[in-house]
Amino acid sequence: MTEQTALPDAPGTGGAGAKPDAAVVRDALGVGVAVGLSGFAFGVTSAGSGLTLAQTCALSLLVFTGASQFALVGALAAGGNPLTAAAGAFFLGVRNAFYGLRLSQLLALPRAVRPFAAQWVIDETAAVALAQPTRRAVRIGFTVTGLTLYVLWNLTTLLGALGAEAIGDTDAWGLDAAGPAVFLALLAPMLKDTTERAVAAVAVLLGLGLLPVLPAGVPVLVAALAAPLVLWARGRRAGGAEDDGAVRGAAEDDGAVRGAAEGEDGR
Amino acid sequence: MSVWIAIGVTAVGCYAVKLLGLLVPAGALERPLVRRLAALLPVALLAALTAQQTFADGQDLVLDARAAGVAAAAVALLLRAPFLLVVAAAVVVTAGVRAMGG
Repeated sequence: MTEQTALPDAPGTGGAGAKPDAAVVRDALGVGVAVGLSGFAFGVTSAGSGLTLAQTCALSLLVFTGASQFALVGALAAGGNPLTAAAGAFFLGVRNAFYGLRLSQLLALPRAVRPFAAQWVIDETAAVALAQPTRRAVRIGFTVTGLTLYVLWNLTTLLGALGAEAIGDTDAWGLDAAGPAVFLALLAPMLKDTTERAVAAVAVLLGLGLLPVLPAGVPVLVAALAAPLVLWARGRRAGGAEDDGAVRGAAEDDGAVRGAAEGEDGR
Repeated sequence: MSVWIAIGVTAVGCYAVKLLGLLVPAGALERPLVRRLAALLPVALLAALTAQQTFADGQDLVLDARAAGVAAAAVALLLRAPFLLVVAAAVVVTAGVRAMGG
């Protein structure tokens, strides 16, 4: 990834590896529109979970990271303690810090602009921006994806919430399946090698197995321990290889982000 | 009120981690183990959440129309369908199975 920190500052036309601005905008709009529209599913799910219109819209405006929003309303609907519910949503949002780390090198934003750009640091903007060849393209990709997604996601959240209130029983329309389907769609591109699959399998077992015995929201937090558990188990099996596993892990991680970027592009 | 507390805590927390990534000097979080864990944490959370929201009814595990819907979403994903179509498949199949009394 380090080689990407020294991005050419070339304009969008001319020069090897350059990409026309229009092509970047098209990529960004494709992702922004497709995912932005799914705010509708969030609005419906949130309203169906018993949140008010104001609460639903506040989540999309202020939290603006889909998986965390779905997780929060799901946990609240299940009767979870508000802080436990928030903790699950927060841990899902932690990955955005790592997108930010990569993006800050590529975007090279002035410090004063960063607090404003931060709200847009999410899966989709990272996927589009990280896939661009030049700094100009990265900036265009990030801005167009971020703006499109923010506007559409909030608009469709509002429409979804209003629609859900009009529909009444959202379960009859199968809308309670939207949440898990969104999670599955986010998860699928991440399941590339055996480590990821092992983590997912252990997390499912912990999440379902502990559900009847622990308070709502807590099993998900315990299931997060699948990540360090599997890493630890694999480290032990690697045995005398010392830090080899960790180093290889980092290399795989690089591939994972690039893979995710391609996956998102494919939407 | 407690819902607003949850929203406030989540909003502040999620914004803080986004900003953190943009502000910390490059390399500070780039330790291989930290990055590996950060990549695997969402895998664990998303897998657990998918399973729970498919099979949980309160604190009970149930097999109902949602399972069929999420299975349809999985098939759509295998067929590389776009995001919206994946969600739509889950919703439509769940509604259909429920309408048939499942």
